[in-house]
Amino acid sequence: MATVDLKDVRKVYAGGVEAVKGVSIAIPDKALCVLVGPSGCGKSTLLRMIAGLETITGGTCAFDGKVVNAIGPTERDIAMVFQNYALYPHMKVYDNMAYGLRNRGTPKDEIERRVHETAKILELSHLLERRPRELSGGQRQRVAMGRAIVRNPKVFLFDEPLSNLDAKLRGQMRVEIKNLQRSLGVTSVYVTHDQLEAMTLADILVVMNAGQVEQLGNPLDIYEKPASTFVASFIGAPPMNLLPVTDVKFSDGTVISAPAQATTLGFRPEDADVTQRSSGDGLALDATVEGVEPVGAESFLYCAAAGQRVVVRVAGRSSHELGEKLTVTARPEKLHWFDSNGKRAG
Amino acid sequence: MAEPSSGSDKLMIGQSRTGIYVAHAVLILGILIVAFPIYYTFVASTHSLQTILRPPLPLLPGDRFIENYSEALFGGVGRIGGVPVSTLLFNTTVVALGIAIGKIIISILSAYAIVFFRFPLRMTFFWIIFITLMLPVEVRILPTYKVMVDLGMIDTYAGLIVPLIASATATLLFRQFFLTIPGELVEAARVDGAGPFRFFKDILLPLSRTNIAALFVILFIYGWTQYLWPLLVTNDNQMNTIVIALKKMVSFADADTEWHLVMVTSMLAIVPPILVVVLMQRWFVRGLVETEK
Ligand SMILES: Nc1ncnc2c1ncn2[C@@H]1O[C@H](COP(=O)(O)OP(=O)(O)OP(=O)(O)O)[C@@H](O)[C@H]1O
Ligand SMILES: [Mg+2]
Repeated sequence: MATVDLKDVRKVYAGGVEAVKGVSIAIPDKALCVLVGPSGCGKSTLLRMIAGLETITGGTCAFDGKVVNAIGPTERDIAMVFQNYALYPHMKVYDNMAYGLRNRGTPKDEIERRVHETAKILELSHLLERRPRELSGGQRQRVAMGRAIVRNPKVFLFDEPLSNLDAKLRGQMRVEIKNLQRSLGVTSVYVTHDQLEAMTLADILVVMNAGQVEQLGNPLDIYEKPASTFVASFIGAPPMNLLPVTDVKFSDGTVISAPAQATTLGFRPEDADVTQRSSGDGLALDATVEGVEPVGAESFLYCAAAGQRVVVRVAGRSSHELGEKLTVTARPEKLHWFDSNGKRAG
Repeated sequence: MAEPSSGSDKLMIGQSRTGIYVAHAVLILGILIVAFPIYYTFVASTHSLQTILRPPLPLLPGDRFIENYSEALFGGVGRIGGVPVSTLLFNTTVVALGIAIGKIIISILSAYAIVFFRFPLRMTFFWIIFITLMLPVEVRILPTYKVMVDLGMIDTYAGLIVPLIASATATLLFRQFFLTIPGELVEAARVDGAGPFRFFKDILLPLSRTNIAALFVILFIYGWTQYLWPLLVTNDNQMNTIVIALKKMVSFADADTEWHLVMVTSMLAIVPPILVVVLMQRWFVRGLVETEK
């Protein structure tokens, strides 16, 4: 149990690459903080600096108010789950889980009790005598989790722990990780580039881009009020439609009324609607259906509008045909405006 | 083993029965060609000197197996100062084991340092080790001999072993293997509180067993068959290795050579390397099967 405080943390790699450019995040006790962002934005680097596996070249990282910049991963009392699990291939599951405790000089019977307890929580009890190569991917993932949990550390760190699992298993494990983290109450930092994982797991969501924090906060707040076009297109699937304001003309040629400075208009596929005729207020775009993607409970219409491709979500099975002309509408309160720097306006 | 039992199932796709017969015939011929001299040596080792010196040599083993072998092993061979072959076997085993184990220890430690630690002049050291590849014993034989004489290590096991221990090849092999160990594994061990020594002992050594086994076989045979260096550094017949002794047993004059004992010694000289290969093979085959992910 600990709070984690990052203050203006920076990382410049030996070659001069600036991977993290001043990140400040305060993670309260027992919270799960998710770092999300595109590949190469510095998520792993930041996580590894929290772990103590990478030196911090600027700023401070503090656990419970105590700066830990200078101490190693062992003394920081963290546990980490790696993307490829990093299980010791020559050790049985039991020993994989017990290894960290042994190195800390935990008494034998205590180790045995804790390993069995953890194995029970993760339903690994019948696998304790196997070696990692005799396990399925999902089971290996559980062992990696078990190895982290059994030590009862101050902080859990996860680096894309589910990215090697298939979609169904990933969904299951996501729920399981969330429940475990809740019940154990261990402060956690979780790196992913899957926005669904990010949305569902996070108490605090941190959207990163090019070594910087783009937006930080409650995941639903971020979804509802993205601070920039980057966040808007990163959070939510399919991504938000973004159109230059000047291109959004109504049939009579008038430009949509936008807040001052706004140059980009955004609306989410799920906030839009399609009708045959234009409605009164809000957005109404003439569009042509270019593609239909039925997913089951919903369908996505890909339309050409305002010289761009626009995605609209419609519930259930879609009756629209290719080439059909229609109007894409969205209510005014569902519109997002961004200025010329991509920042939120109005 | 869930192997298909019926013969035809073992055929690989695209293989005809004739093809298999031809392949086997070629292989069997090869084995005969390679194995015949060894068999003939064995046959010779079971006949008396008189029989050997009166050609043709019979193709079947004679009746002097026990006499010849016990004479050589325990009686002492005249031409090499009456030293029994058992002493030679012991000497050579010590030397071969010393070289193999010494080389493995030195090279695994230096590879560990080079791969997992960042220290000043790391790459310089690496290149220095690499360059020694180009300086085999034969090239540095004079200075090494001088050093051995000055240190009084002529006719000692240490003198036989130490100069041959440094091994760039084994270091490079271990280095290549260590480089394939994923960084995540190293970091997981760090997070688990394993310091450099624990990491080496608990993770690196067990993962390297296959490599160690394979290297041990190669290096043991390398040590067993050393010729030039043992020849230089031993004067005392008691300190001879088996290869040197074999050479000394053979005289220019045919009649002076106790051929039956030479044959016995030759047979005995190949037994330990074969044992090492057979025993260790089981080890590293298992290792190979196990490391497959
Ligand atoms: N050891 C290193 N030396 C130099 N540059 C590095 C090193 N490790 C990472 N980088 C660089 O730092 C940047 C951030 O890398 P990082 O691994 O943190 O990205 P990431 O957000 O985790 O990406 P991904 O989602 O693909 O894992 C990248 O541009 C990368 O090339
Ligand atoms: Mg990463």
